[in-house]
Amino acid sequence: MTAMTPKLNRRGFLQASAAAAGGLVINFTLPERAKAQAAGAPAKVNAFVRIGSDDSVTLMIHKSEMGQGTVTSLSQLLAEELECDWKKIRTEFPGVEPAYAGGGMMGAYGSLSIRTSYAPLRQAGAQAREMLVAAAAQKWGVNASQCRAENSSVVNTATNAKLNYGSLAEAASQLAVPANVKLKDAAQFKVIGTSPKRLDTPAKVNGSATFGLDVKRPGMLYASLERCPVFEGKVASFDATKAKAVPGVKNVVQISNGVAVIADNTWSAMEGRKALTIKWDEGPRANTSSASLRQMFMDLTAKPGAVARKVGDAGQGMAGAAKKIDAVYEAPYLSHAPMEPLNCTALVTADSCEVWAGTQIQSIASQTAAGITKLPANKIQIHTEYLGGGFGRRGGADFIGEAVEIAKAVPGTPVKLTWTREDDLQHDTYRPASYTKFAAGLDADGWPVSFTASVACPSFGGMRNGVDSTAVEGIETIEYGIPNMQVEYHAPDAGIPVSYWRSVGFSQNCFFMESFLDEMAAATKKDPVEFRRKLLAKANPRYLNVLNVAAEKANWGKPLPTGHFHGVGVVNNIGSFNALVAEVSVTGGKVKVHKVVAAVDCGQVVNPNIVTQQIESGIVYGLSAALKLGITLEKGRVVQQNFNNYEPLRISEMPVVEVHLVASTAAPGGIGEASTPSIIPAVTNAVFAATGKRIRTLPIKAADLA
Amino acid sequence: MAVKFTLNGKPATVDVPAQMPLLWALRDTLGMTGTKFGCGKQLCGACTVHVDGQPRRSCGTQVSAIAGKSVTTIEGLSADGKSHPVQRAWIDEDVPQCGYCQSGQIMTAAALIAKPNAPTDADIDEAMSGNLCRCGTYQSIRRAVHTAARYRGKA
Repeated sequence: MTAMTPKLNRRGFLQASAAAAGGLVINFTLPERAKAQAAGAPAKVNAFVRIGSDDSVTLMIHKSEMGQGTVTSLSQLLAEELECDWKKIRTEFPGVEPAYAGGGMMGAYGSLSIRTSYAPLRQAGAQAREMLVAAAAQKWGVNASQCRAENSSVVNTATNAKLNYGSLAEAASQLAVPANVKLKDAAQFKVIGTSPKRLDTPAKVNGSATFGLDVKRPGMLYASLERCPVFEGKVASFDATKAKAVPGVKNVVQISNGVAVIADNTWSAMEGRKALTIKWDEGPRANTSSASLRQMFMDLTAKPGAVARKVGDAGQGMAGAAKKIDAVYEAPYLSHAPMEPLNCTALVTADSCEVWAGTQIQSIASQTAAGITKLPANKIQIHTEYLGGGFGRRGGADFIGEAVEIAKAVPGTPVKLTWTREDDLQHDTYRPASYTKFAAGLDADGWPVSFTASVACPSFGGMRNGVDSTAVEGIETIEYGIPNMQVEYHAPDAGIPVSYWRSVGFSQNCFFMESFLDEMAAATKKDPVEFRRKLLAKANPRYLNVLNVAAEKANWGKPLPTGHFHGVGVVNNIGSFNALVAEVSVTGGKVKVHKVVAAVDCGQVVNPNIVTQQIESGIVYGLSAALKLGITLEKGRVVQQNFNNYEPLRISEMPVVEVHLVASTAAPGGIGEASTPSIIPAVTNAVFAATGKRIRTLPIKAADLA
Repeated sequence: MAVKFTLNGKPATVDVPAQMPLLWALRDTLGMTGTKFGCGKQLCGACTVHVDGQPRRSCGTQVSAIAGKSVTTIEGLSADGKSHPVQRAWIDEDVPQCGYCQSGQIMTAAALIAKPNAPTDADIDEAMSGNLCRCGTYQSIRRAVHTAARYRGKA
């Protein structure tokens, strides 16, 4: 948590700052609050809480809702201390304000929303409650200690008189923000740790939830953008004559990365785009193929790389080993493919820019719009809508920048840019491919004494001493207590845009590592769970605990239906621990995953139902990668087009998933990305148990099983 | 070309190019944005509506093909937006995560439970396998379709 110090906000008012660690910046100075209330708006008690005279409670959800449950779970954090009536809660997605950035970026990424909101939002709820109590005490002319808040009212404990929050909000909002408020102990929680129905469900079952793609502004036009099919390519020249003749087409504009057709409806924009004639300068990447990249990665791992982790002396350890094994593991580029294709609506005028989008990181969206329009930050307004899936894809602002560029070309007219699914798969910022060479030396009893890995994986950015720690996470971070270890890293210049994909480096590295660990166990026919138990003996005990719970609940080692086999995968990522046991059969070159048992320790749980949903969700996302998905390249172009040849898991392939949450008093960990890494080796290790075939390349192909 | 049809029980007219997919006429022209665009190639089911009671992919249905027909979208599934057995089950089982595919899932499920027999797991997998969900709500969907079938029996 970032500690806050008082600082000036963009209007130059001194912001009040809570003294508690990770404290909340109350973002509304008194004159501003008075102004807002004069307009008849609900009273802003603080940056996160507004209360209407009708007793409604409006909570500001500053972490985008992309399915991971922030609308509900962040409301629980606020409501726990606010003591408000759960039924009176409404939620809004606020604009970019310092109070929502927590000293960094305003955004939902890295499975951080609960982790970074856990203290500040309880604090905000408690401060608002104390202000409401103080307002009631003033009205009654009694001491605040004589008053208690409950269920959206303040009760005078001496007289049993009650004032509801709606009648107190305006007075409360004029009071000074209390610096020190005591938060409940976990034992006193009434809302945290329970599973109220998700607040976003009603709007998501009747079509009324507004996603980015559903935004409509007065006079809005619709755009579709043709980009160079080769990464880093540019428009050489184009002819828009035929496109302009398509009914509904209003305009054709060139922007930095392509040619946009603007029409009075989406379909006409897409039809107009098909009629464009564009000559491309394909640039330096026009000969890139999956084969050429594989060769590049392979060549790199033949050389020494930058050292990411060194323990003991791996070379000496290897020299003294009784048995040596080695293996190469590979994972392909992957597209995020959220169900809602990328889109953004923008309106640019001479002195303002408004953006409506499903974005994971409002701060980056705002900076991107400011960079293009050359307007100051306070002239940029970001309106966050529901996200039809994020998975890391909506953390970037490429699609927002495109829409702002197009809107800038037609000032005063709002324009909605909609990507097609083909655009989405062929112009993603991908999960990078990786090629990793492993070796291990085992002692006479089969226990690892030395381990080396040479990772070739395009960098996500943020290199330090030649190492991108994100690209090696899940290998360099292992806690298996191997006495000699060396992990080396190579950053290939592949020219394919990459970004965070649910669970990031762990998404491939956990598959690699947990599989190669299984290979070590198999080398001397040791049981994979027993093998891990021994190696985890000195690791964080939460690691071993989830392994034990998963093994027990899955009946590891007990008889399974004929033809069914178990595999296990364990991971410690995003501040949480989980172990998954997959039950798999392999028939006729096809893998079927029947059941997955998950044991999860994510510390203090805010909403058990949402945690369970996220574990199921991460498993499905990882299973799609294990069994089905891969992005390949030919002539600098992505081969995959749509869900015909990039086909995620369907319901008929869905295993039964059983989730066991391990009780924990540890601080909350992340959950959105927890299970995506571990499901993949759980499945491939089960495939090995079933067939003796070791899967070292994803996705699993029939040929690998023959 | 003006096309007349029935939309959620009321007469509707759209005057758009005849080849325009129903999806875009609903969303851009008629302002019914509950029906979602997911792939444009009838591969993901996000755009599912009912045409004369049968589930249809609106991205692959030209406006000209619905002249005189009755179209139901997610907005018209129930008068209050929550009381259709599938909507009730989706709420009670807390199915949606991001929610984007759920209009299509619900429309497909509504057609499934309109059949006389209660669906089996295999029926559900078969009927629903054309509807993709990247959040992985499939296990909740299976549970909720059974619940919806029960609600329908009680109704």
